[in-house]
Amino acid sequence: MLNIQDLEVGSQLPQREYTASNVSLFLYNAAVWNPHRIHYDERYTTEIEAHPGIVIDGPLQGDWLCQVALNWLGDDGILSTFNYTNRRAAYLGETLISGGRIVAINENTQEVDLELFIKNEAGNVITPGSACVTIASSNLRGAG
Amino acid sequence: MTLLTKEHKAWIGTTEEPVTIEVSRRDIQKYAAATEQVQSKYINGDEAPPMFIFNLFSAIPTLKNLRPDGLARGGGSGPKLPLKRIMAGGTKLRLHRSIRPGDVLVGTRKIVNVYEKQGSTGPLIFTVRELTITTADSEPVMEEIQTSIAR
Repeated sequence: MLNIQDLEVGSQLPQREYTASNVSLFLYNAAVWNPHRIHYDERYTTEIEAHPGIVIDGPLQGDWLCQVALNWLGDDGILSTFNYTNRRAAYLGETLISGGRIVAINENTQEVDLELFIKNEAGNVITPGSACVTIASSNLRGAG
Repeated sequence: MTLLTKEHKAWIGTTEEPVTIEVSRRDIQKYAAATEQVQSKYINGDEAPPMFIFNLFSAIPTLKNLRPDGLARGGGSGPKLPLKRIMAGGTKLRLHRSIRPGDVLVGTRKIVNVYEKQGSTGPLIFTVRELTITTADSEPVMEEIQTSIAR
C-alpha cells in the first residue's frame, strides 16, 4: 500500500521493457480500429512514406507510459491528469523501456506529480510524459 | 512559405456533431490484451485503461472511403491538408471518472488549433483537437487534447 508519508521526490518508478511484434501491432490497431498502413505494411511504409520500418503507434507508447503511473499506483489512488508527447518515432524491432520518477509531493492535497518516459535502446527519451495522481486519503497512516 | 490558407484556419473552433458509443467488456479486454496490461481490472474488462479512448469516437468509414494510406478520406474530421503523411503527436488527458463496460459515452470533438512549423526534414502541420467525453447524463468523464502531425 502506498503511503504518501513514505514517498520521496526523486524516487524511481518500476521500469518495464516492451518489444512490439507484428502480431501485437496488428492486435492494437485492430482494437483501436486504426487502418493506417504504416503500422502493418512494411513495403508501403518504407517505400511510400519513407520510414525505416513499421511504425510503433504513438498512442500505444502513450498507453505504455500511462501504465507506469497506473501500475505503480494500483488501487491506492486515482490518476487525475496524464500528458505525453511523441517526440521521435519508434520502429518494429526496437525494445522500448518505460519508467518514471516522483517530481513533487503535496501531503495536503495527497497529490503526487510524476515524470514519465519511454526510452529507446540508445537511451534517448522518445516519448516524455507526466502524470498527477491523488493517493487515497484512507492510505494516510492513522486514517480510519 | 506558408502552407495553410484562410480556409484551413477557418476550421479552428469548429465542433463536430457529438458521437455516442457504448462500451463493451469485450472491447476493453481486447484493448487490454493488445496493450499488455497487467492489472486484472483491465484484463477482465471491469474498467478501461485511460488510453482506451484513443480513436473511440472517430467515424468508422466504409472501405471505399479509406485513402491508399488507410486513413479516412475527406475532411469530415478536419481540414484537407496539403501534407498527407500523418503521425501522432501527443495527448493530454484530464480524468474525472473511470470508464466501465455498459457505459454510454458521448464524445464531442472540436478543432482548437491548426498551425505549421518548419521541422528538420521539412514543413509540419499540427492539428490540435479537443475531445470532451461525458456520460449520456452529461456527467464529465474525461477531456482529451490530441495533436496530430502531417508531414
